[in-house]
Amino acid sequence: MNIIVCIKQVPDTAQVQIDPKTGNLIRAGVPSILNPYDHYALEKALAIKSRTGAKITVLSMGPSQAVAVLRLALALGADEGVLLSDRAFAGSDTWATAYALATAVKKIGQYDLILCGQMAIDGDTAQTGPEMAYHLGISQLTFCESVDSDGQRLMAKKLMEGGHQIIEADLPILATMTMPANYQPKYPSFLAAHQAQDKPISIWTAADIGADLHKVGLEGSPTRVSRIFPPAGREKGEMISGSTEEMAAKFVEILKKESFIK
Amino acid sequence: MIQVSEKCVGCGKCVSTCPFGALSLVNKKAVPNASCTMCGACVSACPVKALSLPAAGAAKKDLSAYKGVWVFIEILDDGKTQKVRPVGFELLTKGRELADQLGQELCAVVIGQGIVKFLAEISSYGADKIYAVNGPAYREYNTAAYTHAMSTLIQKYNPAAVLFPSTFIGRDLAPRLAAELFAGLTADCTNLSVADGLVISTRPAFGGNILADIKCPDFRPQMATVRPNVFKKSVTRPGQMAKIISEPIGVPAEAGKVRILSKHFDEVTELEKLDEAEIVIAGGRGMKDAAGFAVLDELATELGGAVGASRAAIDMGLQPKEKQIGQSGVTIAAKLYIAAGISGAVQHTVGVEHSDVIIGINKDANAPIFNICKYGFVGDARTILPKVVDGIKKAKGK
Repeated sequence: MNIIVCIKQVPDTAQVQIDPKTGNLIRAGVPSILNPYDHYALEKALAIKSRTGAKITVLSMGPSQAVAVLRLALALGADEGVLLSDRAFAGSDTWATAYALATAVKKIGQYDLILCGQMAIDGDTAQTGPEMAYHLGISQLTFCESVDSDGQRLMAKKLMEGGHQIIEADLPILATMTMPANYQPKYPSFLAAHQAQDKPISIWTAADIGADLHKVGLEGSPTRVSRIFPPAGREKGEMISGSTEEMAAKFVEILKKESFIK
Repeated sequence: MIQVSEKCVGCGKCVSTCPFGALSLVNKKAVPNASCTMCGACVSACPVKALSLPAAGAAKKDLSAYKGVWVFIEILDDGKTQKVRPVGFELLTKGRELADQLGQELCAVVIGQGIVKFLAEISSYGADKIYAVNGPAYREYNTAAYTHAMSTLIQKYNPAAVLFPSTFIGRDLAPRLAAELFAGLTADCTNLSVADGLVISTRPAFGGNILADIKCPDFRPQMATVRPNVFKKSVTRPGQMAKIISEPIGVPAEAGKVRILSKHFDEVTELEKLDEAEIVIAGGRGMKDAAGFAVLDELATELGGAVGASRAAIDMGLQPKEKQIGQSGVTIAAKLYIAAGISGAVQHTVGVEHSDVIIGINKDANAPIFNICKYGFVGDARTILPKVVDGIKKAKGK
């Protein structure tokens, strides 16, 4: 069985601070991490590997420093890494990103299952996975909390509003993974990281995968950012300070005034 | 990379605007570095129009043939009853505004089994036409079946814009369709508007602390997903019936590749339904621990509200993930929203700002949550709220 896991290097948004004057993000010094949803997807792939002996290829797109997340994935137990890296991909929105990743998957060739994180924490769109599935002409299952496979079929627990579904699906398929609450990513030991040094990582350009240049980068991206701006906020309301007792009394008074205490 | 022309005066506005720190001033000229993602944020910030994105080289389609604003209506089926998910009405209400501004029709698309009973209600929210795909094969949402139906309709009628609810179904369907149609799709929009004949989608960007306007000038249809409770629903055409266009569309063989074995509904009481609750109380990092949230539970019991949490509190493991309030969790439009110990990242505020009365409690008087509050208490929610609970009990004569 062959599994491809798509991963992305993202800034750790939990640590991004806002400049109070300009409202801009202060990115300097913010560490890059493996997108936690992808980290979880990789762990699920590794669990399938431990039972079936599947081969896992990790695929990422990004600047050359994104090799770091591939190294991490290899240290965790993936077998091979592929990084798509080319200036031609810059400016790609989810459409163009999905096209590039799908084109790379076709070059990798052998696969039964593709796992992606549901979304990247720096974009929150949850679009790239389903878009990739279309480009590959395969089925998709989104927002899965757990997946398992015997190499013939996929079994999944998929979220829906107010509950979940248990799904059985034919391979090949692309599944996007959501994280359980309190998910703590596992990290490799120093020894495992050292031993993974020799695992192969290929770096491919747009030409290497035979991408149509009209479908990558800015040209292949239907969406454009026309402006960015800080949120307007409402008219500033009444600010209350004082002792704990005073504020609590005022709080209750407001609840009465607004008719929330009947 | 972004292109800098001779017109650059070295004012540095773009440098502070760039979300990626990819611009710097060298010899009083803006110079982009390898971190540039060509997001275009600096282009509109430049006062002398010195910055530009490389021109798109693709042959442009004739876009004038694309007309009409469409809304995908999702049918909610909890195993017992079927009803239209209210977000569909919210989108129709907003869609009516957009269609009027564009001078075009508003159309609803309904796919399912036994959908005829919903058509009158859908009409009352302003739809001029309803495209109905009815049949037992559509009873249950299936990616292949629904994508095929939507794509067939879109390619037959060429709408200018298509709006989807940002639900598990909408977020499964819309991106796959966008890929097939080579169309631009903006996720989880917090506003939609019209400018120069284009639909402008607003959403939090770059980690969620700033908003971006997104447009699709050269591709059609323009697609967007929108969370529930972002727009208010309003019956604009009471008693009127839309023109119904029934479209018999077959189900492709691929639909059989994914099979639902069972469905499981969580048992939630009415009070725990955050998206429908009239009073919502949420805690953030400032509530610190389980004891902090216990106070919120008490307050919720007294007021008859539901308890949620900010992303930070969820990340700390203080509440389960389904309790997350904000753009990446549950979006709410409550009558009363109390934010306790929540600083108020944009990601959070855009998900709650449509609530009527917002009360914030935070130790930091400069916390951004206060920008959306009607009442802002500067103090520790962990010590104030227990006394509030006592006060409410007293007021109720307990």
